[in-house]
Amino acid sequence: MSDALMSFDDAMAAFDPVLGLEVHVELNTATKMFCGCANVFGSEPNTNTCPVCLGLPGSLPVVNAKAIESAIRIGLSLGCDIAEWCRFARKNYFYPDMTKDFQTSQYDEPIAFDGRVELEVDGETFVIEIERAHMEEDAGKLVHAGGVTGRIGDAEYSLVDYNRAGTPLIEIVTRPIRGTGAKAPAVAKAYVSYLRDLMRALGVSDVRMEQGSLRCDANVSLMPTGETELGLRTETKNVNSLRSIEAALTYEIRRQAAVLAAGGKVHQETRHWHEEGYTTPGRSKEQAEDYRYFPEPDLVPVAPSREWVEELRATLPEAPDAKRKRLQAAWGFADQEFADIVNAGALDLIEATVAAGATAPTARKWWLTELARRANETGVELSELAITPTQVAAVQALVEAGTVNDKLARQVIDGVLAGEGEPAEVVAGRGLAVVSDDGALISAVDRAIAANPDVAAKIREGKMAAAGALIGAVMKDLRGQADAARVRELIVERLG
Amino acid sequence: MALTAAEVARLGELARIRLTESETELLAPQLDVILAAVARVTEVATPDVPPTSHAIPLTNVFRDDVVVPSLPRADVLAAAPSVEDGRFRVPRILGEDA
Amino acid sequence: MSELLTTSAAALSDRLAAKELSARELTTACLEQIDQVDDKVRAFLHVDGDRALAAAGRVDEQRAAGASLPRLAGVPLAMKDIFTMTGAPTTCGSRILEGWIPPYNSTITEKVLAAGIVVLGKTNMDEFAMGSSTENSGYFTTHNPWDLTRIPGGSGGGSAAALASFEAPLALGTDTGGSIRQPASVTGTVGVKPTYGATSRYGVVAMASSLDTPGPCARTVLDAALLHEVIAGWDPRDSTSINAPVPDVVAAARHADVKGLKIAVVRELGGEGYQPGVEQRFNEALAVLAGLGAQITEVSCPSFDYALSAYYLIMPSEVSSNLARFDAMRYGLRVGDDGTRSTEEVMNLTRGTGFGAEAKRRIIIGTYALSSGYYDAYYGSAQKVRTLISRDFDAAFAHADVLVSPTTPTTAFTIGERVDDPLAMYKADLCTIPSNLAGNCAMSVPVGLSPDDGLPVGLQIMAPALADDRLYRVGAALEQALTQQWGGPLLDTLATGPAGAHLRGGLR
Ligand SMILES: [Mg+2]
Ligand SMILES: [Zn+2]
Repeated sequence: MSDALMSFDDAMAAFDPVLGLEVHVELNTATKMFCGCANVFGSEPNTNTCPVCLGLPGSLPVVNAKAIESAIRIGLSLGCDIAEWCRFARKNYFYPDMTKDFQTSQYDEPIAFDGRVELEVDGETFVIEIERAHMEEDAGKLVHAGGVTGRIGDAEYSLVDYNRAGTPLIEIVTRPIRGTGAKAPAVAKAYVSYLRDLMRALGVSDVRMEQGSLRCDANVSLMPTGETELGLRTETKNVNSLRSIEAALTYEIRRQAAVLAAGGKVHQETRHWHEEGYTTPGRSKEQAEDYRYFPEPDLVPVAPSREWVEELRATLPEAPDAKRKRLQAAWGFADQEFADIVNAGALDLIEATVAAGATAPTARKWWLTELARRANETGVELSELAITPTQVAAVQALVEAGTVNDKLARQVIDGVLAGEGEPAEVVAGRGLAVVSDDGALISAVDRAIAANPDVAAKIREGKMAAAGALIGAVMKDLRGQADAARVRELIVERLG
Repeated sequence: MALTAAEVARLGELARIRLTESETELLAPQLDVILAAVARVTEVATPDVPPTSHAIPLTNVFRDDVVVPSLPRADVLAAAPSVEDGRFRVPRILGEDA
Repeated sequence: MSELLTTSAAALSDRLAAKELSARELTTACLEQIDQVDDKVRAFLHVDGDRALAAAGRVDEQRAAGASLPRLAGVPLAMKDIFTMTGAPTTCGSRILEGWIPPYNSTITEKVLAAGIVVLGKTNMDEFAMGSSTENSGYFTTHNPWDLTRIPGGSGGGSAAALASFEAPLALGTDTGGSIRQPASVTGTVGVKPTYGATSRYGVVAMASSLDTPGPCARTVLDAALLHEVIAGWDPRDSTSINAPVPDVVAAARHADVKGLKIAVVRELGGEGYQPGVEQRFNEALAVLAGLGAQITEVSCPSFDYALSAYYLIMPSEVSSNLARFDAMRYGLRVGDDGTRSTEEVMNLTRGTGFGAEAKRRIIIGTYALSSGYYDAYYGSAQKVRTLISRDFDAAFAHADVLVSPTTPTTAFTIGERVDDPLAMYKADLCTIPSNLAGNCAMSVPVGLSPDDGLPVGLQIMAPALADDRLYRVGAALEQALTQQWGGPLLDTLATGPAGAHLRGGLR
């Protein structure tokens, strides 16, 4: 937009950024937080609603046991203490997506608190302190109608779907993160990526950022280098991809630096990230909302027994960082190679592909090149592609057996993605196996020589560079289903 | 304490209640009297007394994570002042630009 | 007036079971009485005669077919308009909910319907149960059947008036600060606030969640017990519901023996501000209980002096939050949506128009008490007082089986008398509030007419949490002795005497 921006390097020379990250994780429980309505994404509007999640007069909430269990497991996996006794609270404010005009949340008594996470970013270790992880409910979804942009600002009216109202959320809040310097955006991205992997490993959430099941609000403020007093911060919302977290924070740092350098003041406010690459101001926080929190009288306190907490601790999966260390050592990748895997969200996929028989380098190659390209083209996550790690391993096995070459293997992948069946079925169905019969190859080579006498003459004169044209002709003749190395050998044999 | 009519109007805003001028002027002295009377609670609310939020001390009341049928959508929308495309239609929303 | 109308629910159910009486006949008698007197009493906001008769007809058919039916099957009931019931409007006496037909039943509605009880309609109340006179109803004021110029109590004035005007033998109420007991007291009927959590709040429109307690209203202690038995019990849909067996209140009402029972008068609930006639009848009742062999003692509960203050902080705080949902978005009134106004403005206008003066007063007080900077002094302190009151009760119950006091300091006051003086209005609940704050159970039972104005006086019995049966034991013993002394139930004075002339359609 029209914000003045300082270059990132100049900003970093003059200021130290301080981050604060609030991540909302939608739990994948079967039902909502306080009622038995299905907790699913994508249903027809207002079909997963009942008196409770609609906040109808007289209705009362009852806590979903599974949500408590997930909250405790998340807390434990973040190294948090689990409260011996805590309550829900009402956060009172009016908004049409909130059926009761208060959010049932936790206030000064979170179920989990005082945790820490260690992250490695470009070989440097950062400790992220977790202030709290608390339980709350999601709100409904608004669609803005009329107007030109479809945004709230110039909408004529809005439409509300309460299917999402009452979805269980865990809000994970960090303490201020200092000392990241120029790596602040990368650290934020790595942290959210870590949480995403952790939630996936715990099996507590679908963590689909594009569907909003993992959402990040990124706070940042700048301190002049060498000072210790926190500056005024902005909170950027609507950041729903890992890439956006990095980009939004970079933008905010550059914008705030420009404001401060010009002698201005940063407004404490929420800002909205736009995928086009800029933030715009939202509600000003100077007139802080008075949420009038008080203990939720309709819900009784939660007092998880220590036995229960220990039982849940025993169900925790291997921590993502420990798992990464183990896998990197086992696979023998360099730091950068391994980091690419992690950043692409391919760790679990490659692990499964290796488990299905592929070597780590080949598994990495398929997922990070061919499949990453396709995921990118169709705008989905790697894990959402219609191909399983087992199938990828099977494709690689076909390559190693010489049944297909790399080029044909890509066609096999096309077939699998198109729903034509298992890799072997695609090979059979599309007739993709390489021609390994020398007789057929020799006749094809001879046809190519006959059709390209000039080229053949050059090769006879010893100009081997020209062989490529003949190989190309043979491959074309055999629809790519030939082993290029063998074809070259045969050309040399016939013309040599 | 003396609540002014302006403060009452601000509380009305916080509570989303449009109060007329005559209402705020009537309410302010009434609220003063009431608040003065109820402020007596501070006389005995010493630091050593724990607060009670729930008279009957129950804990850990949970339900199993089992889906029960939702309401038919026609019932959900039946009482709505305005409906469009299976959704509740509400007037344009001020404030946050999302 | 048909003799059916003055008969107790217990006796009616016996006659129904013996097939000496049909539910349709009984329901018809109630509907006719409503038809004849409710234009003066104005107890009902909504009557659905066809539905009631159809329900009665089903009971008669089942009985004719030889089905064994619950005890109260076929007995009519007046339901406070705060319980959701499908197919009938639930307004809570508020214009903001005018015409709202809930898509679900409250747990108590379901229990009542499953018991074959015939719901006649929904009764008037102070808006969202906030008041002690029904003058805060958004629709009209209910009149006290004993004197139509007087208030019937509140918030459940409609249910109490329906009983006292012989429109229904049973009624339902909710008690947040006395809304069952105070109307019972001023109408000469019986009202019980069960232990908090003993009756489900699911589907009962919330006023103050930590205090609201649904309960039975009736003309006799046994009738109240029979209804109590139907509506009480654990409800998994209400997290604050107690998962424990319901004490045998019906047996207690039948047992009606107070010999050796320790009954303590609460010193703080009497004296200055209490009408002499009220104190007189209260003391006479104590003498009756002593005569029945109870040990009468006195206890001091010093924190009760702070109960009203704590209540008028906790209750409005919860009210301000509970009533937020009436925002014109999903149901109920919507004002000012002209296509240009914003959601915020429409919410402001709707709530400014739809809520009455008392609702606004309490929402504003609650908003103030919870706001940052005031929370600790107001809401926080009030919650501490709540602890002190519970401690006082615990100490008192260590010495006594039940505590007693007048239910309310005065008899029914005149309509209009206290509308401009909220504090005076609030004092009607002086004696009832402590039990709401502590969550224990309490009952109001009639102990005669005040000699100074000829209006009913109620005595309050308070028992520990989950000891609801003690209320019935004491209440029934007192009722039995007094009925003997009076030569019949107190309400007979109304049914047959000059005060109740307007209730006798035939005499008009
Ligand atoms: Mg939150
Ligand atoms: Zn629901």
